[in-house]
Amino acid sequence: MTAHDWPLWEVFVRSRRGLSHTHAGSLHAPDAQMALRNARDLYTRRSEGVSIWVVPSTAVTASSPDEKDSFFEPAGDKPYRHPTFYEIPEGVKHL
Amino acid sequence: MTTPAPTPTTEKTADTSATAAALALGDDALVLSHRLGEWAGHAPVLEEEVALANIALDLLGQARVMLSLAGDEDELAYLREERAFRNLQLVEQPNGDFAHTIARQLYFSTYQKLLYGQLATGDSELAGLAAKAVKEVAYHQDHAEQWTLRLGDGTEESHRRMQRACEALWRFTGEMFQPVDGVDIDWQDTERTWLASVTSVLRQATLTVPEGPRTGAWAAGAGRQGLHTEPFGRMLAEMQHLHRSHPGATW
Repeated sequence: MTAHDWPLWEVFVRSRRGLSHTHAGSLHAPDAQMALRNARDLYTRRSEGVSIWVVPSTAVTASSPDEKDSFFEPAGDKPYRHPTFYEIPEGVKHL
Repeated sequence: MTTPAPTPTTEKTADTSATAAALALGDDALVLSHRLGEWAGHAPVLEEEVALANIALDLLGQARVMLSLAGDEDELAYLREERAFRNLQLVEQPNGDFAHTIARQLYFSTYQKLLYGQLATGDSELAGLAAKAVKEVAYHQDHAEQWTLRLGDGTEESHRRMQRACEALWRFTGEMFQPVDGVDIDWQDTERTWLASVTSVLRQATLTVPEGPRTGAWAAGAGRQGLHTEPFGRMLAEMQHLHRSHPGATW
């Protein structure tokens, strides 16, 4: 088995407790355990993380760039969906 | 009025053995760090190259702290002759194929973890460093273990190469348990624990535990006394070349 046969893995890193895992990048590894370790070396060297997920890239179902218009454009002209149409009460600082 | 005479003898002895310990363990870390650094640009895959470089950098950090305890780190690293180095012969062995590098890592990181683990609970000058470094070394050991399992229990070729590497380096493993001046631990007990740990990993990896001698006439071992194997001279020449050609150069 050469490196070219190694499957691709997507790496998700949680940078702090309370935050969600965020996609950090991808890497090659022979199996999940090695993928975790490679991810630790590649993406958390400068103490970026407290938790890592690795997912086989083949397990990711992605939206198609061809469907971009029907997927995302209808939301573009509906500004009322954004929470900007009410006054923020006085004294509320972190909203 | 006469001032009481200081007691230089005892102080000096304590200082000398602390220096000796820092030098021996510092040289182990420095030399292995350089060997692992040689994989940069040559590792089988990019991910593994970063992993090996990370381990090398951990070791270099440990070496800097320990050599600074023993003297000037740059002078010690770059201006000493081969005979003045106190590292184990195991760590100076060439990288060989990937299996050789992993076998060397398995033998050494298992040893280093046991050593640092005990130093960390003691009160020597090295306790602080050991407490921090033992976490790094635990990862090095895990890395070596994971690869040993995969190579040993992998394909026919990887199994053959891993077995060959374990045998080739076996005779360098007895030397690790020669007591180091200034390191106050139970060396025999450490050796027993090391043997049990390595045996368990090798068995799990479907590898045969080598039967060759680890001590005695056919085993290697006088690195701590400054006697080194042939490849070490070439490694030092490369490591020291720049500093010796351009003393005091900075960038």
